[in-house]
Amino acid sequence: MSLLEEHVYKNIEQMNIVIKEEERKPKTKLINKAIILKFLTFLSPSLLLVLWELFARWGLIDVRLFSSPVMIFKTMIPMLYSGELLYHTLISAQRILLGFIAGAVPGVVLGLSMGLFPPVRASLMPMVAVTFPIPKLAIMPLILIIFGLGETSKIFTIAIGVFYLVLINTMAGVLNIDEIYLDIAKNFGASPFQFYTTVAFPGALPMIFAGFKLGMGTALLLIVAAELSAAKAGVGWMVWRAYDMFDIEKMFVALITMAFLGYIFSCLLDIAEKIVIPWANNRR
Amino acid sequence: MYPTEVIRIEKLNKEFYTRKEKVVAIKDLDLSVSEGEFLCILGPSGCGKTTLLRILAGLEKQTKGKVFMRSKNPEKPLTSMVFQGDSVFPWMTVAENVAYSLRIRGFPSDKRLDIVEHYLKLMGLDKFANAFPYQLSGGMKQRINVARAFVSDPEILLMDEPFGALDEQNRLILQQELLKIWDGTGKTSIFITHSIDEALLLADRIMVMTAHPGKVKAIVPVDIPRPRDILSLRSSPRFATLFREIWQLLQEEVLKAKTTEFKA
Repeated sequence: MSLLEEHVYKNIEQMNIVIKEEERKPKTKLINKAIILKFLTFLSPSLLLVLWELFARWGLIDVRLFSSPVMIFKTMIPMLYSGELLYHTLISAQRILLGFIAGAVPGVVLGLSMGLFPPVRASLMPMVAVTFPIPKLAIMPLILIIFGLGETSKIFTIAIGVFYLVLINTMAGVLNIDEIYLDIAKNFGASPFQFYTTVAFPGALPMIFAGFKLGMGTALLLIVAAELSAAKAGVGWMVWRAYDMFDIEKMFVALITMAFLGYIFSCLLDIAEKIVIPWANNRR
Repeated sequence: MYPTEVIRIEKLNKEFYTRKEKVVAIKDLDLSVSEGEFLCILGPSGCGKTTLLRILAGLEKQTKGKVFMRSKNPEKPLTSMVFQGDSVFPWMTVAENVAYSLRIRGFPSDKRLDIVEHYLKLMGLDKFANAFPYQLSGGMKQRINVARAFVSDPEILLMDEPFGALDEQNRLILQQELLKIWDGTGKTSIFITHSIDEALLLADRIMVMTAHPGKVKAIVPVDIPRPRDILSLRSSPRFATLFREIWQLLQEEVLKAKTTEFKA
C-alpha cells in the first residue's frame, strides 16, 4: 500500500466513524445547532447594550448626547404605566395605517391597469416617471397649504409615499407574469375584468407584497416628517418634542417605539403574505 | 364547406417582422378537418406548427388567407388549447385550475365542482384536488392542462405538444389516458407532436409540414383500427410501414431545416 493510498484509506475510515456518530444522534445535534444560532441572535444585541451601558458609566461616551440603556429604561417605565407612550404610539399607528391604505389601494389598482393595458401605461407612465423622483418631503409644504394642518395632510403625505412604491411594484409584477397565462385566459375567453381577477392580480401578488413592504418602510420615514409640523401627538412628535426640550432619554424612547412599530407592521405584512399567497410557500 | 367539415383553411399566410428581416412562418397552407377527426401535425422545429395552432385558437391573426371554423353549439367555446410546457396557474389549486373555463363562463362554484370531479377522477387527480401546483410533478401538471381543456368542452380541441416535456414512461401513460377520454367524446382535435410514434397512436390523419416556410408536405391517413394501444400498435406491420413512410417525408424536411439554419 502506497503512502497516498494509506492516507486516503485512513480518511475514509475517519469519515465512516463520523457518519456513524451522526447516525446515532442526528436529532440532538440539529437541535443543538439551532439553539446555538438562536443564542447568538440574542447575544450580539445584548452585548452591544452592555457595552453601551459600560461606556456610559466609564465616561467614555457623553451621556448628555448618547444617554445609556438604564437611563432610557428608567424614563420608559413611567411612560408605559401612565399610558402616555401607548397614546402616542396608537396615534402614529393610526396615521400610518390610514396613509398606507390610502396609498396602497390606488397604487394596486393603477399598477394593475398600467401593467395590463399598454395604452394606460403609455399615457400615465410619463407622469409617474417625472413625479416619482420628487422627494415626498419636498411636497409637504404644498400638502400643508392644500389640506391644512389637520390629520388629512399627515395621512396624505404618507399615502403619496406608499402610492408610488406600490404602483411601480404592482406594474412590474404584472409585466413579469409569463405570457402563457395571459394566452390561456384569452383562449378561454376571459373578459377584461376576469383578466384582473384571475391572472393579473394573483400573478402580481408577490410583487405587490414587495411593494407593500417597501411602502411600509417609507411610511415610517414619513411619519416623523409629517408629525414635525402642526402635530400635538404621535411618536414622531415625541422625537421633535424631545429635541425642543433637549430630553435625550425621551427621544430614545420614541426611537425605540418606532423600531418596535416598524417591526410589528412588518410582521403583520409577513403573516398577511403567508395567508394571501399560500401557493408561493415553496419559495420560503 | 362540406357538411362534415369543421375547419377549412385556404391559402393561409403568416409573416413576422424581426428587426432585420421579414420571416415567412406559414406560406399558402390549405387544410380541411372534418368533424370528430383527430389530426396530428408533424414537422421540423420552427416550421410554424405552433403559429398555425395559435391562429386557430384566436391568439394570433393571419397575414393573408382565410380560416373558416364551424360552430354547431354557440353555448360551447369554439376552441380550447392545451399549451406547450408548464402552463398551470400556480396561484390556483388543482381543482380551480381544471375548473378555470367554467369560472370564466360564470358557472356557480358548486356546479363547477360537480363537473370538475368527473375529470379529476378520470385523470387521477382527485386526491390532489386541493393541492397547489408547486406540490406536484411535471406529469401531474400536464394532466391538469389536459383536464382543463376537456372540462371546457370545446368544439375543437387544440394541443401543442402537451407531452413534449415529459419522460417516456409518463408520456406513454398520458397518451393512453388521452385516448381514453377522447374515445368517449369524439371531439375534433388537432395535436402537434415531434414523435412519430405518438402521431401514429393518436391520429386519424397525419399532416407533415415542410421546413420554413411552413406548408403542407403530405397528409397521411392512419388506417389502423381503433381502439388502439401502444403494445398492439407497435407489433402491427401497418405501423412499421407508416412509420417508414412518415419518417422519409420528415427526414427530408429536418435536413432542409438544418441547412437553412446554417445559412442564417
